[in-house]
Amino acid sequence: MRKDYNLEKRKFVIGGFIVVIVVIYIVRLFNLQVMDSAYKENADSNAFLKKTIYPSRGLIYDRNDSLVVFNQPAYDLVMIPKDVQPFDTTDFCNTLQISREVFDKRMADMKDRRKNINYSAYTQQIFMNHLSAQDYGRIQEKLYRFPGFFIVQRILRQYKYNAAANILGDIREVNKRDIENDEYYRPGDYTGDLGVEKSYETYLRGVKGNEILIRDALGKIKGHYNDGADDVAPVAGSDIRLSIDINLQEYGERLMQNKIGAIVAIEPSTGEILALVSSPSYDPSLLIGRERGKNYRMLVNDKRKPLFDRAIMAAYPPGSTFKPTQGLIFMQEGIITSATTYPCHRGYTWGRLHVGCHGHGSPLPLKPALQTSCNAYFCYGLKYMIDSKSRYGTPDKAFEVWKNHMVSMGYGYKLGVDLPGESRGFIPNSQYYDKAYGKGHWSANTIISDAIGQGEILATPLQIANLSATIANRGFFYTPHVVRSVAGKGPLKEFKQKRVTSINSAYYNEIVEGMRMAVTGGTCRIANIAGLDVCGKTGTAQNPHGRDHSVFMGFAPMNNPKIAVCVYVENAGFGATYGVPIGSLIIEKYLNGEISAGRKGIEARMMSASTMGGVIVRKSAAKKTEGGTGAGTDGGAASGAQRDLSTEITTKKNDATVQ
Amino acid sequence: MLQYNNENDNNVLRSVDWFTVFLYAILVIAGAVSIYAATYDFENSSMFDLSEFSGKQFLWIGLSFLIGFSLLLIDRRLYEAYAYPIYGVMILLLILTVFIAPDIKGSRSWIVLGPVSLQPAEFAKTATALALARLFGTYGFSLKGWRNYAIAIAVILLPVACILMEKETGSALVFMSLFFVLYREGRSGFVLFAALCAVVYVVVVLKFAAATLMGIPLGMFIVFVLIMALVVGMLLVYCRSLILGRNVAIGYIASALLAVVLHFVGVDINGYVFFFTVLGVSVVYLLIGMLHDDMKKVGMTIAFACASVVLMFLVNYGFNNILQPHQQVRIKVTLGIEEDLRGAGYNVNQSKIAIGSGGVLGKGFLNGTQTKLKYVPEQHTDFIFCTIGEEEGFVGSAAVLLLFLVLILRVIAIAERQHTTFGRVYAYCVASILIFHLSINIGMVIGLCPVIGIPLPFFSYGGSSLWGFTFLLFILLRIDASRKEYGVW
Repeated sequence: MRKDYNLEKRKFVIGGFIVVIVVIYIVRLFNLQVMDSAYKENADSNAFLKKTIYPSRGLIYDRNDSLVVFNQPAYDLVMIPKDVQPFDTTDFCNTLQISREVFDKRMADMKDRRKNINYSAYTQQIFMNHLSAQDYGRIQEKLYRFPGFFIVQRILRQYKYNAAANILGDIREVNKRDIENDEYYRPGDYTGDLGVEKSYETYLRGVKGNEILIRDALGKIKGHYNDGADDVAPVAGSDIRLSIDINLQEYGERLMQNKIGAIVAIEPSTGEILALVSSPSYDPSLLIGRERGKNYRMLVNDKRKPLFDRAIMAAYPPGSTFKPTQGLIFMQEGIITSATTYPCHRGYTWGRLHVGCHGHGSPLPLKPALQTSCNAYFCYGLKYMIDSKSRYGTPDKAFEVWKNHMVSMGYGYKLGVDLPGESRGFIPNSQYYDKAYGKGHWSANTIISDAIGQGEILATPLQIANLSATIANRGFFYTPHVVRSVAGKGPLKEFKQKRVTSINSAYYNEIVEGMRMAVTGGTCRIANIAGLDVCGKTGTAQNPHGRDHSVFMGFAPMNNPKIAVCVYVENAGFGATYGVPIGSLIIEKYLNGEISAGRKGIEARMMSASTMGGVIVRKSAAKKTEGGTGAGTDGGAASGAQRDLSTEITTKKNDATVQ
Repeated sequence: MLQYNNENDNNVLRSVDWFTVFLYAILVIAGAVSIYAATYDFENSSMFDLSEFSGKQFLWIGLSFLIGFSLLLIDRRLYEAYAYPIYGVMILLLILTVFIAPDIKGSRSWIVLGPVSLQPAEFAKTATALALARLFGTYGFSLKGWRNYAIAIAVILLPVACILMEKETGSALVFMSLFFVLYREGRSGFVLFAALCAVVYVVVVLKFAAATLMGIPLGMFIVFVLIMALVVGMLLVYCRSLILGRNVAIGYIASALLAVVLHFVGVDINGYVFFFTVLGVSVVYLLIGMLHDDMKKVGMTIAFACASVVLMFLVNYGFNNILQPHQQVRIKVTLGIEEDLRGAGYNVNQSKIAIGSGGVLGKGFLNGTQTKLKYVPEQHTDFIFCTIGEEEGFVGSAAVLLLFLVLILRVIAIAERQHTTFGRVYAYCVASILIFHLSINIGMVIGLCPVIGIPLPFFSYGGSSLWGFTFLLFILLRIDASRKEYGVW
């Protein structure tokens, strides 16, 4: 073993280095601890108390500038256990109007680290939150008798309307995961839980401020450190303006009472959602204040799933409202022209396969086929498209073309609405069928029910309403959204992006005329309101869980449309029975502001009708739907999965991709 | 005659460096006691209560002693033989961690196994030290060639890259200390020296930018003086040129005196004019002088002086003219130049208050108030030294620093008594890592270093950190225990 003695000397350099460092540090410690008395004085005055100042949360207005959600101060009674001195507990309990048992339990819960992980005798602990104004007044007067206790002002949300709970959402205390995921939050903060409160949380919450106070050894505040130079003022949250017309929303919720389903109304020219009704609905005021936890559990446990926003989370078979998309694809692909006719002898028959239809003239071209909602017409169309070897080679390739058109129309993927938990619906792709039937073992007839919006096809009411808006626009749409302006600066930029479908605009005119004919002399005659030029399409969606769903999709006026709607009523029978009347009332209410005398009867009938009698509420086997709200809850009783349960239509197919 | 066949446990336990074990035991127990003080509340029942941090730490310490003892029983040759496999497995584990670790405050470095969380980065230090030692211990290995040098650097930087992917910048920086080892094993210290100077220049220029002296920023004034001192130092120590060093030093001092005298008679010279003139004249003198002396070394000194001046101006210009104001603030806060009582500076300020309030003898065990107000986050982990400073005062905190100093010097002594390159390099790795942890952690707490989140060895709460250092130290003790076997080689 040779040893380089020259290099060995370097041990003195390395050893010397750490000796020098330690000497510097000891000198520094000597300075800090022995020479400099400023730090000692600072500490004797017990240094700084960093106090957070909460910003006021942004307000929420509707599209006509009506205030919908506003703030109300609330008061939390907090304490620093270390500073609490013996006090008259009887007086204390009487002032707060609580019993001695409640007092003892609250104290015990607060100190239990399993329930209150941040407990420390030296920091502020919440003894009781959301005091009423009366309780606050009483305790405030006597607070000097209870050293160590003080009041912290918080903000509660208040709702002006008993409507739009699914859109507005609510706020809740942050949980551990929120704190881990976002540096902004500290225990005890509030965050948006559902609806726009969640999706626009970062705009609504503002920026917290803080003040640094100097405290003496007795805990008394001596004033601001550095004369307030280091204090930061809070920045109030931005107000947001919904695209929702709160009156229309309220009206829609009244129409849907005692029914299960959804209404979506969109302004086609902007993609702004005018109304987004999910029924059954609930009063948003249930989710504020001290009762929130209890009410929340009640809503979660409600078998009718009021927290499940059917308008955007439920994936339903679209039924015949799907047919316009098929007409568009067949024209775009050159399978049909507006003059092509197909026969219908009470349905579509091919070999042993038969898809039924009702009685009407035969053969029919496209427009009358839409007017009468002929099943056979669209089955033939799909048959000739998918099995066209000369055009596409194999059904696989043909189906991919078909699927890509569907995706361009907003189906199969989330549209990207600015609300949490949107479902993507389901549009199969050829791999999906290859897997189900084997590659090369399926053809048009295997999947023929796709042509009439049955089979594997699933869509959200939002997607169907968006189709209606796209047809109204003759071939483009803006991503539907419920917030038209954030902090007065217009919608977020993704909602200003025009999305053009892969279908030639000219073909849309054919569909529009067919939908107009359905209103003037077809399945949607109830929607034929004088002067409004409504265009519509009914749907009667079969489903394996009970009675057919009643669906309507339409827009008005025919030229320069102002509103596009989709109405989906579960287990309510024919589209014409519930879908069309409700849809036409929404259109009329929005465009005319009121219901004409002649149609008051329809309105009364719809409001009083109930379709929930025979409904069997099923617990769906669906796991958490994709993009589920993933809600953490303050009560801990509700899981995200529970909330996402679809009532009637399972969304389990979501894991098969459409690509 | 080789003896190691006769080796038995007794033999090992007899030749273990008990002094180091003793220091280790004092440090870990003092650590757990400090953790108890740092997290103490009125309600706290016992130091050994397993629901408290201190109780858990005692459990980790108990396990550490077991680990340490087991490590001593393993044949020393196994450490050398399995150095590379251990290193390889460790790298894989670090990479795996990036993917399976949950995101905790932006860092993905903890592997969660039921109730226990482990931080592989803490163990990677030992693995890297072993691999580096094994590399240097390879027959015929020499740092002279660029190829070997590159391999050694790669061994160091590979775990750094992995840990950076985990977003644990602090732990990654620790590996930089291993460059000390390269220095000890023969690389020129010039690189270390230059890097140190550069860091000092940057900090000084930025830190003292506000005040002015002789019409130039105080920071630049100090750096100019520093450069002059370094030039003289290099001439004397590095070039071993007594004459040149003496003459230049006399010139500098004379110029300084002249400037002072002129100041008192009412003539103020501009700082730039003064320093450029003085430095310029000395450089010209050295350019002539190098012809009669060690040309290469004096040339290096001149280059060093010029590069220093250029760097200083670049830093000054770049900081003020290229960076945006918010970036400037960020850097100032990171360097601890600007007091930022709302952000990171708040912690350091609180920590300084806590330590400063300790006085000479401290407030006494469990009597500290500052550290318990929970103003300083991480006070039982990275900021544990605060509690010692507050409760044990200057005497206690200086004692802790001296204990660490003794431990580190002991490790260096152990390093130098090794007969194998493997043993020596491993020991220097241990020393370097301890030096880095100690300097940065304490420096951060007393406000001399930027806040880099690394634990204080043996003190900070946490099983991973404690076990990591236990592995590091006891493997060294095991290797050292066999040093006598090699005496007969």
